[in-house]
Amino acid sequence: MGRVVITGAGTINPLGADVPATLAAMREGRCGIGPLEIRDIERLAVQIGGQVKGYREEDHFNRQQIALYDRFTQFTLLAAQQAVAQAGIAFGDALGLRSGVVLGTSGGGLNTQDENYRVVYEEGKNRVHPFIVPKLMNNAAAGHVSMEYGLRGPSFTVATACASSNHAMGLAFQMIRSGMATVMLTGGSEAMLCFGGIKAWEGLRVMSKDACRPFSANRNGMVQGEGAAVYVFEDHDHARARGAEILAEVAGFAMTSDAADIVMPSAQGAERAMRGAMQDAGLNPEDVGYINAHGTGTAANDKTECAAVAHAFGAHADRLMISSTKSMHGHLIGGTGAVELLACIMALREGVIAPTIGYEEPDPECALDVVPNVARQARVGAVLSNAFAFGGFNAVLALRAV
Amino acid sequence: MDVQDRVIAIIAEQALLDVADVTPESSLDDLGIDSLGLVESIFAIEEAFDISVPFNANDPGASGFDISSVAAIVAAVEALVREKDLVRS
Repeated sequence: MGRVVITGAGTINPLGADVPATLAAMREGRCGIGPLEIRDIERLAVQIGGQVKGYREEDHFNRQQIALYDRFTQFTLLAAQQAVAQAGIAFGDALGLRSGVVLGTSGGGLNTQDENYRVVYEEGKNRVHPFIVPKLMNNAAAGHVSMEYGLRGPSFTVATACASSNHAMGLAFQMIRSGMATVMLTGGSEAMLCFGGIKAWEGLRVMSKDACRPFSANRNGMVQGEGAAVYVFEDHDHARARGAEILAEVAGFAMTSDAADIVMPSAQGAERAMRGAMQDAGLNPEDVGYINAHGTGTAANDKTECAAVAHAFGAHADRLMISSTKSMHGHLIGGTGAVELLACIMALREGVIAPTIGYEEPDPECALDVVPNVARQARVGAVLSNAFAFGGFNAVLALRAV
Repeated sequence: MDVQDRVIAIIAEQALLDVADVTPESSLDDLGIDSLGLVESIFAIEEAFDISVPFNANDPGASGFDISSVAAIVAAVEALVREKDLVRS
């Protein structure tokens, strides 16, 4: 089986419009969550979120492209462009046939859906723009990425709610490792911060109106965000042969199902996914220095996740660091695992551990080192990234320093 | 039907019980209503009374909407209805 490495990364999210800006924000513990600027906000009970502020589509795309690209596709393409540029890779005919794209998203073109439902139901119009279907479909972003870079190998889009990105990246990793592909563009994207997208979530009563405080005793729910991150995953030997700079190694991946409740997480399912990822990567628990948590800031997730970590790591659980960057960028739903991988890469390459900001009160049920409020310098050789989703789907990635 | 009767009817429907089995002292747990059943009940109450219930599942105590028993829920709904009527009058 081959080894898989990361040779490029790109992002646009509430913390910044590229990787350097995002990592700087994470280092500084900056918060990208604030008052939402969207239509009909007076009718929303939740009025905060992690928006990509000051974004103008006309700065990046022409009219023809805008007609086809929902916001989630736009974010994806911008991130992909950065990743491919960093990787310095050209997808000629031969490589193009051996390369594909697997992305995660939950809502796909939800803004397009929301706007056009408004047009037909609220405004009573009887025609909509002809491109609505290819614009809102979940695989639109992946389709356009494959077209942009001539990727003619295996491609698809994964929807597993909040674990979509991790599942996508895990599958891309397995596809290269098994020899099915040489290079895969992978990651995820979400742009659900529209009236319908937020109103749908309100009823579940798990969103906070004031802040995202993962692991804090006074946490009171999740805060939604939007954004994308895309990576170039590449066969290790192929990357070395062309002298590519390697950011990190994707060492292992595991996915499990709780088969318990449609929304409440299970510690056993989460524990099995973490153990599985370490086993797949050939890692001992003591080798893992940092975990980027799922850490949504809900009462349920955070305590369940900490229990799962305690069981999976035993005594070592007290020595590792576990932080939730959702405290800074919000919960990017289908795109969250992708953006969070940046914190993992920063940990491995720069020896900087992103903090859990907004942390105010220790919770005895979350008694791990959550790197409260201030980033920390620490050398770590291997890290995990957790995603535990509605439906009881768990996906954990293990990365190793090179 | 007064507020209490209507709230009990909603909870009974959610719990798949007869209204006679939903006593004021019962807790939602007693009635077999789980966390999803709770948010559905709150939705049904909001729809029935045209009120907004400030309930957060992560911090049940914070909102002042007491869900500890059927009687507590009835009292909380009565208060929200009074508040709504005051605002609209």
